[in-house]
Amino acid sequence: MNIKNKMKISDILEETYTALLSNKARTSLTILGIVIGIASVIAMISIGAGAQGTIESNIKSIGSNLITISPGAQRGLGLQVSSGRGSARTLTEADGYSIKEEIDNVNAVSPELSGRYQVVAKGTNTNTSVIGVIDTYPTVRNLEIEEGSFITSQHLRNYSKVAVIGPTVSSDLFGEDINAIGKIIRIKNIQFTVIGVTKAKGGSGFSNPDDMIFVPIGSAQRFLAGETYVSSISVQASDSESMTQVQQDITTLLLDRHNISVPEMADFSIFNQADILATASSITDTFTILLGSVAGISLVVGGIGIMNMMLTTVTERTREIGLRKAIGAKEKDINLQFLIEAVMLTFIGGLIGVFLGWLISFGVTYFDILQTKVTIKSILLAFTISASIGIIFGYYPARRAAKLNPIEALRYE
Amino acid sequence: MIEIKNVTKIYKTGSVEFKALNGVSFKIEDGEFVAIMGPSGSGKSTLMHILGALDTPSSGMYFLDGRDVSSMSDEQLADIRRDKIGFVFQSFNLLPRTTVLRNVMLPLVYAGVKEEEREKQARSALEAAGLNESHFVHKSNELSGGQIQRVAIARALVNNPSLILADEPTGNLDSKTGEIVLGTFKRLNKELGRTVILITHEHDVAEHADRIIHIRDGIIIEDSREHKK
Repeated sequence: MNIKNKMKISDILEETYTALLSNKARTSLTILGIVIGIASVIAMISIGAGAQGTIESNIKSIGSNLITISPGAQRGLGLQVSSGRGSARTLTEADGYSIKEEIDNVNAVSPELSGRYQVVAKGTNTNTSVIGVIDTYPTVRNLEIEEGSFITSQHLRNYSKVAVIGPTVSSDLFGEDINAIGKIIRIKNIQFTVIGVTKAKGGSGFSNPDDMIFVPIGSAQRFLAGETYVSSISVQASDSESMTQVQQDITTLLLDRHNISVPEMADFSIFNQADILATASSITDTFTILLGSVAGISLVVGGIGIMNMMLTTVTERTREIGLRKAIGAKEKDINLQFLIEAVMLTFIGGLIGVFLGWLISFGVTYFDILQTKVTIKSILLAFTISASIGIIFGYYPARRAAKLNPIEALRYE
Repeated sequence: MIEIKNVTKIYKTGSVEFKALNGVSFKIEDGEFVAIMGPSGSGKSTLMHILGALDTPSSGMYFLDGRDVSSMSDEQLADIRRDKIGFVFQSFNLLPRTTVLRNVMLPLVYAGVKEEEREKQARSALEAAGLNESHFVHKSNELSGGQIQRVAIARALVNNPSLILADEPTGNLDSKTGEIVLGTFKRLNKELGRTVILITHEHDVAEHADRIIHIRDGIIIEDSREHKK
């Protein structure tokens, strides 16, 4: 008889199952604590990952491997009174062309001159951004044409009064589903002919590419702004590895061209898309950690709930434990039984929690609030946490049960 | 066979010592039906705990089937309880909301008996304890007191123990049901040859046994076989 004196795991599971079912209300409330904890961890992490993805793709939609040069000093040593970025007049179209010619690993350069004007077309009018650009703009800024064509070098040479408009502008001025090609619009009272409509990009914020009008940069300088400067130069590096080199070379070149010997006195500033991406993702990372730790706290609270219930259970079932010991249960049998009970609670809670968390994140995506991602990693993380919570918070009550003296336990009222 | 040799048990509360048993010795042969009788505080519960391998004596020896139980570890005591002893308690101690069969099978679970074997043994134990088969699938809280105590007896029987220890088994039953339960013990002793030890403070109950050991203040004051009218 001594050879096979081990309790099988299936027996322990059956004992656990019976015990948990015998107090359904308490069992489900305890599980609920874990469900909420796990579900919020899953949902929060997926929302964090989703936010990160959304922000990254938004930044990338501006263009890839993008370096932007703006006029005005960024590192002015506090000597200058800062006049908002882009308002200083230090960059010229020629700066742009020389970057293209003299620096390696530059794919395309796009000098831009932006302004905000009242635009009128046959009685309707709108106030929007008008940007003077050259033919490389679509390449640099990932812009696609829906109808018609973009501005060509021909238009640039001739200072043509032609415009390419964004879909939002098109519907604002001409209404939905009306072909705007060939129509006349008046910008600052000067007539431009629409030659193309860009594809909707779906952006938002300060520079919505769908709500813009593009005109040849020469025309913008001559007819609209009345000056020969540009408000920014966008440079596309050939690949992400060469970004740093391109950025350094541009700095050197422009300092030289502007006759500035001290880099701190530069009259322009350079933004690197990778820097923006890195900043943005570090912000979202922080955010994810914040959300995750809030969710983690609720998980710990759930774990304490389990410990509380297990301690109550041990007290309530003192006589049962005494009986089990009297009929031959060993300390480790009792220990295992109660530990498995706690782990079972967290396991069931974890399972429901993962499902609920996935449902929440699915809902967030479905209702277009944010594109969320539930990763296998976060599910595994949640499961590991919930199993360890079961073991950690179940350990003490189980030990207490196992250590009970059978005589006292049997007498317990 | 049970042999108790000069057993003492001392409880300490702080600096105060209390001698619950003071040099108790007796022998019980296999197949005897013995009542251990005494008022509360006499040491009969302490004696029962030692006989049931729930506790060890402070000094003295306890041999059960030739093995010295008095110096065993907790682990070994659990093995002895599992293999050699069946308990019947005053307050029944069945698992609530659990079927009769599962209750009776519980000792076999800890003994590691195969599942198919368990139910067979449980059924024959229940039949031996005199419970009607129609009650086997009932939950323990759906039964009457007498039925519950017979389930408890079946549970004590199921592991085929050398010794059945009944601690005030009729204490929570009315006298008529009590008679039936005592009859069950008698039958187990006479027909199946089980060794039964009955612990009680009631003379009426003790009289059902063939031998009565009277205990008072931790010592045996009488060990009689000729009490029968």
